[in-house]
Amino acid sequence: MYVAVKGGERAIANAHRLLDDRRRGDRQVPALTLEQLTQQLALAVDRVMAEGSLYDPELAAMAVRQSRGDLIEAIFLLRAYRTTLPRFAVSLPIETGRMRIERRISATYKDLPGGQLLGPTFDYTHRLIEPAMAADLPVEAPERRVAESSRSAPRVTDILGDEALIESDGAADGNDPADLTREPLAYPAARALRLQALARGDEGFLLGLGYSTQRGFGRTHPFVGEIRIGEVDVEVEIDGLDFTVVIGRVRVTECQMVSQFTGSKSEPPQFTRGYGLVFGQMERKAMAMSLVDRALRADEFDEERRAPAQDEEFVLAHADNVQATGFVEHLKLPHYVDFQAELQLLRTMRATAAGVGGDGEPPTGRKNSDDAEAAR
Amino acid sequence: MRSAADPTERRRRAMSAFAQAPAGFLEARWPSLADGRTIVPVRGPEVGLVMVRGRTGGGGAAFNLGEASATRASVRLANGPVGHAMILGRDLEKARHAAAFDALWQIDTCQAAVEREVVAEIERLIAAADGQRAEETAATKVDFFTMARGED
Repeated sequence: MYVAVKGGERAIANAHRLLDDRRRGDRQVPALTLEQLTQQLALAVDRVMAEGSLYDPELAAMAVRQSRGDLIEAIFLLRAYRTTLPRFAVSLPIETGRMRIERRISATYKDLPGGQLLGPTFDYTHRLIEPAMAADLPVEAPERRVAESSRSAPRVTDILGDEALIESDGAADGNDPADLTREPLAYPAARALRLQALARGDEGFLLGLGYSTQRGFGRTHPFVGEIRIGEVDVEVEIDGLDFTVVIGRVRVTECQMVSQFTGSKSEPPQFTRGYGLVFGQMERKAMAMSLVDRALRADEFDEERRAPAQDEEFVLAHADNVQATGFVEHLKLPHYVDFQAELQLLRTMRATAAGVGGDGEPPTGRKNSDDAEAAR
Repeated sequence: MRSAADPTERRRRAMSAFAQAPAGFLEARWPSLADGRTIVPVRGPEVGLVMVRGRTGGGGAAFNLGEASATRASVRLANGPVGHAMILGRDLEKARHAAAFDALWQIDTCQAAVEREVVAEIERLIAAADGQRAEETAATKVDFFTMARGED
């Protein structure tokens, strides 16, 4: 028998009203503005855009504020908003080689053309909380220096590519890449699909996986060939016109991770590459993505697939934090009937084992450790 | 590569500038340049998405990086041409005016003024902002120097 029980409407309404109150906090304290969030919590906004897979700083800031700073909740809000909108167009692939560079470093080439540009980085800071920052003291304007053209900073993989010591980007095949927002993921997935999934995957999950490859769970011996951060043009063909137009810019972070490869029957020994590309200033995520991208290419280089980071289905099926949080968090919703059934089953088993009660038949059907665990 | 004098290339450049105008810029310049022309909506402005693509490795096969919000509009100037616009973001008025300026640009007697006072001005603003940011970045460039070593 299945008994539906209703109730809780008033509790839910009051809970949401309470949430509104707690979100706003002390009314004497000014409310956060979206400008404050996009400017002063820019990297939180960037993370929400990247993993929400929707570039719109103001919307992401609204989501961060509405979610009280719970970034996965904010990512969820952005994903939900996205589903309400039609897709107008697909852009031409962005050209990271023509980026307006705000940061660009290489750990492999000290004197690369265009130089090492540190940009606004946390690197080399002391990681000490500065009590002085609690007060809103004046901040110096940045130092300026005559700049070379961004055009003089080629991507490091283009420099190395000339000697064929490093794997090339591969051909641009002109095919439409698969899109996981349109068709469900199927395995094995093409690299383009993996990159899409990784670009919107959870930073923490990918960071852990990337770290695992460094610790020996997988085969990478990586160097950061290059990280670059900056704005790129988004170029789109407009309906009814036979030319493309720049419709604006997005800021992205790109990481070229260079890995060793001993060669195979068909390939000479060379450096191989993992690629990371993420919306916003998201260096850690781009690096982790490039490590995992390389690990997932194990089959291409006849590498044994033994570690979690090399297991395509394991990585892609669990990288999405909205999916993950949905399934984990659903456990807190009412499971009263399921649990009653487990409880009854357990009582019958106990009674049977003790030789009293029941109808003498051992319980059949569902019996596994999950049930026992759920009943605990 | 089309030459800068090619009409298609010039319109492309103009539309790219309109799309990248600072907020409020197009609306502020419309009255003085439009000579009382009314903007008649044809489509939108409406908000939607553009799927932004990247390239594997930076230069290889395309993949879907993620979407960006966009607004598009098509308008007709009274008894005049139809203009189109698509811009990143959700600024409806900006998209409407970008389409209106695209239409105005197509009127021969207005084109020079639009190019001079809108297109060139937006490009100047963008270049100035880019220049400042590039200079701030350049100041963080590492100047390596070799330490004296203990051997001859």
